[in-house]
Amino acid sequence: MNLTAILAIPTLTLLAVLLVPRARQARWAALAGAVAQLAASLWLLVHFREARSSGDSGFLFQWQHAWYADWNIQFHLGVDGISVAMILLTALVVVAGVLVSWEEERMSKTFFGLLTLLGLGAYGFFCSLDLFAMFFFLEVAVVPKFLLIALWGSGRKEYSANKLAIMLMGASVAILMGIIALMYSAPGGQWSFDMLHIAGWEIPADTQTTIFALIFIGFGVFTALFPFHTWVPDGHSSAPTAGSMFLAGISMKLGGYGCLRAAVWLLPKGAVAYGDTIVVLSVVAILYGAFVTLMQTDLKYINAYSSVSHCGFVLLGIGMLTKAAVAGAVLQMVSHGLMTALFFAVIGMVYARTHTRQVSEMGGLMRAMPFIAVLMFLAGLSSLGLPGLSGFVAEMSIFVGGWERGTNFHQAATMLAAMSIVVTAVYVLRAIGATMMGPLRQEAHSSLTDAAWYERVAALVLTAGMLAMGLAPEWLNELVGPDAAAIADRLAAP
Amino acid sequence: MKEMLLGMKTEWMVMAILLAVLLFRLGRGLAQSTLLSLVQLLLLLSTALSLTGDSTTPLFGGMYLNGPLAAFQKSVLLFAAWMISLLFSDWQRESSHLSEYLILLLSSLLGMCFMVSSGNLLMLYLSLELATIPMAAAANLDLGRKRSSEGAMKLILSSAFSSGVLLFGISWVYGTTGSLDFGVIAKGIDGSPLQTLAFMFLFAAFAFKMSAVPFHLWTADVYQGSPMPVTAYLSVVSKGSMAFVLVNLLHGMFRSMSGAWYHLLMVVVLATLVVGNLFALRQQDIKRFLAFSSIAQVGFILLGMTGVRPLGPSAVTYFVLIYILSNLAAFGVAALVSARTGIEDIPSYKGLAKSNPFLAWMMALSLFSLAGIPPTAGFFAKMFLIVEGAWQGDYWFVVAAAINIAVSLYYYMRIVRLLFSEPEKSIPTLVPAPSERLGLLVCAVGMVLAGLLSWIYDHISTLN
Repeated sequence: MNLTAILAIPTLTLLAVLLVPRARQARWAALAGAVAQLAASLWLLVHFREARSSGDSGFLFQWQHAWYADWNIQFHLGVDGISVAMILLTALVVVAGVLVSWEEERMSKTFFGLLTLLGLGAYGFFCSLDLFAMFFFLEVAVVPKFLLIALWGSGRKEYSANKLAIMLMGASVAILMGIIALMYSAPGGQWSFDMLHIAGWEIPADTQTTIFALIFIGFGVFTALFPFHTWVPDGHSSAPTAGSMFLAGISMKLGGYGCLRAAVWLLPKGAVAYGDTIVVLSVVAILYGAFVTLMQTDLKYINAYSSVSHCGFVLLGIGMLTKAAVAGAVLQMVSHGLMTALFFAVIGMVYARTHTRQVSEMGGLMRAMPFIAVLMFLAGLSSLGLPGLSGFVAEMSIFVGGWERGTNFHQAATMLAAMSIVVTAVYVLRAIGATMMGPLRQEAHSSLTDAAWYERVAALVLTAGMLAMGLAPEWLNELVGPDAAAIADRLAAP
Repeated sequence: MKEMLLGMKTEWMVMAILLAVLLFRLGRGLAQSTLLSLVQLLLLLSTALSLTGDSTTPLFGGMYLNGPLAAFQKSVLLFAAWMISLLFSDWQRESSHLSEYLILLLSSLLGMCFMVSSGNLLMLYLSLELATIPMAAAANLDLGRKRSSEGAMKLILSSAFSSGVLLFGISWVYGTTGSLDFGVIAKGIDGSPLQTLAFMFLFAAFAFKMSAVPFHLWTADVYQGSPMPVTAYLSVVSKGSMAFVLVNLLHGMFRSMSGAWYHLLMVVVLATLVVGNLFALRQQDIKRFLAFSSIAQVGFILLGMTGVRPLGPSAVTYFVLIYILSNLAAFGVAALVSARTGIEDIPSYKGLAKSNPFLAWMMALSLFSLAGIPPTAGFFAKMFLIVEGAWQGDYWFVVAAAINIAVSLYYYMRIVRLLFSEPEKSIPTLVPAPSERLGLLVCAVGMVLAGLLSWIYDHISTLN
């Protein structure tokens, strides 16, 4: 398996989207490319499992190319189980995102081009082993988000787009400083951005803690670390449907993965020093996000604030520093990516028909659009952690891992975080009940049509991922577990 | 004799083009567009020739030095002059003073070439004057507009003042070291208070020419008043050549007092970035906007000079090349719109993507590159300067500088958003002339590929 294919396919897709002669053909090019990307990720998964079962460990399918030797930068690709899971998630969300935007007619070439570019940035980010290349791909993904919101968004789109861009760029500056400081902290002047080299360095504990703070906060902003989560609700609710799906499904995962890979893995002493702070902040985010969601009346805001709460679980898993919790954090990233993307897709479908996102203006929509209603149930139930769906597996793993730490502090934090599930159940069930169940609230809604073919396919792709994870969690555990354990082992924590 | 010819071949070529234009002007034998095409062709030819072969023999007793990096830097300047002759063909063809304009620009270019190669403070001063005085005359070439004369006046006064400051600094350097030769001075620099003061005078003069804060006040008015190609020339070629010379002085002659100038540079870098960015936020005129954004870019160039190791000059040279490509594309689009419609205010660009997708994409690409957003080359160029700036280990300083990238993103993106917004404003569909299209495409290819592929940087790095 050559990892360059994972980058070459989206690059070719981008060229195809931009070069097709007619604007309406862009969507076909984007879809064909997205399907090819999904096929390549599945192919990668199969080969990765084969290689792992034959005893290979560490980063597989490495590919290296000198880039800027003067600056110690090289193009170094390689994947472990965590990256493979993230690449697979990205591929699923990209296919679904392209499909739900099928009827986007305004500047459709640019629109699909930006979606593809965002996906390309994410693929590159997840398979880079060089910090500079990783940062490069992270930035590739920032501007498409800004433009998607600013040009195709709704509501206070300019405010939201600026807020998102400035907060994420500010965060990028912190990350950049962190990685430059890390590079210069090389023992004996053997500077390198290569993570495999850096992982072998003996870096003094105080240097580690300083750099850890920079990198972790930087990536934390991307994944809604409290109190830097404020771009999330505005950004998600102003973005077009596919934009929200990409933001929640892909972009926030860049942050979680970055925290894990660049901060915790490379700087274990920093992680141990800040672990409890992360736990406190993430518990605050989980509870605060859940309670704020209770008060929302707009479906997109409900989902956006619930994302703050759910991404809190990712950071909680990382902060707990145990094998099960770190594995749970990765599972939660995959699970949240799938179910939130599905939720946003459903909200987009509902909005396209009713032209409202206010819960109070809907009711009984199940009669008019049973398929969409079922999807909403699935996404909602996964969100509140029902066994059999993806959310349960991930959250359970984090709670087990948190409890394992054994101290009163960590157990109390785990309990507090677990209590948020009750709140989640309240807002999810209330929102679904009010919009889908009961009698039709507005007569006009009785004539609405159910999902079109492209919407059905989009939803089925995401649902398949959710069910595969919920019903057969072993395969994902096998994929992610060993590498999560490798990270946790370096922490040398209790 | 052969060394004279080959060693100074870039200067000879520029001089030959200059004389050719002068002769044609005297003979009145050529139509405007033929003359312009001829100059475009000759500039391209001399850019290509200047890249071949290099002779490093010092000439005129060490007055003129020509290392491989200096030769490449001159090629960069020639390349920029060629791009300007392509991109601004609308204005140039319609100008009633095309030959004067060309002669002024080429003499200034000649001055810059000598300046990059100078090995003696006297030579540096003379070539600097040759580089700047013609620009003041060229700034006045929009004879019908009052603003043009105002800009020219401001430029000549501020250049004269900064030349005075430079000369004063030179005299102090001479007084403390007893020589004007770079090599001899470098040995005599010991960081005494007098020399520190002399350095500050020299540095102030360069800060004037590069419009670094607090010596930037002339920039916006001059840019707004001058004809578009002159503005572009001042903004990229003039600043670029100053950056080449300054990094050479800092890393060569004044290397041994780097402890002193490092702190001075820190202050200037932060002031330049912050002031340039804050003023750029509120500009409504495209030329004034580009003026302030270019001030902020100078802040980054100076940031890259703070690390004293051989990578600095390579990083600065690479950045200037990328900056030329990016900024000229933006100027090119603005000049085209201005020449055809007279529009120079930013809000009127709304919806340009609808009526002129090619121009809008070129503008967007150049703004991305100026903002330092990957995958454009501007990202790499800026990152190298930042990595270089962090070499001394003052991370708070680099963080403060890098935060400015986030700020600058706001105003660059404001324009990108405007370009693609609806409904479109008044700009009708414009068809670029072939030369303008070629120029913009060269910029675009450079902005996309010069970063992703490391060849150009690697080449610069081997020269240094």
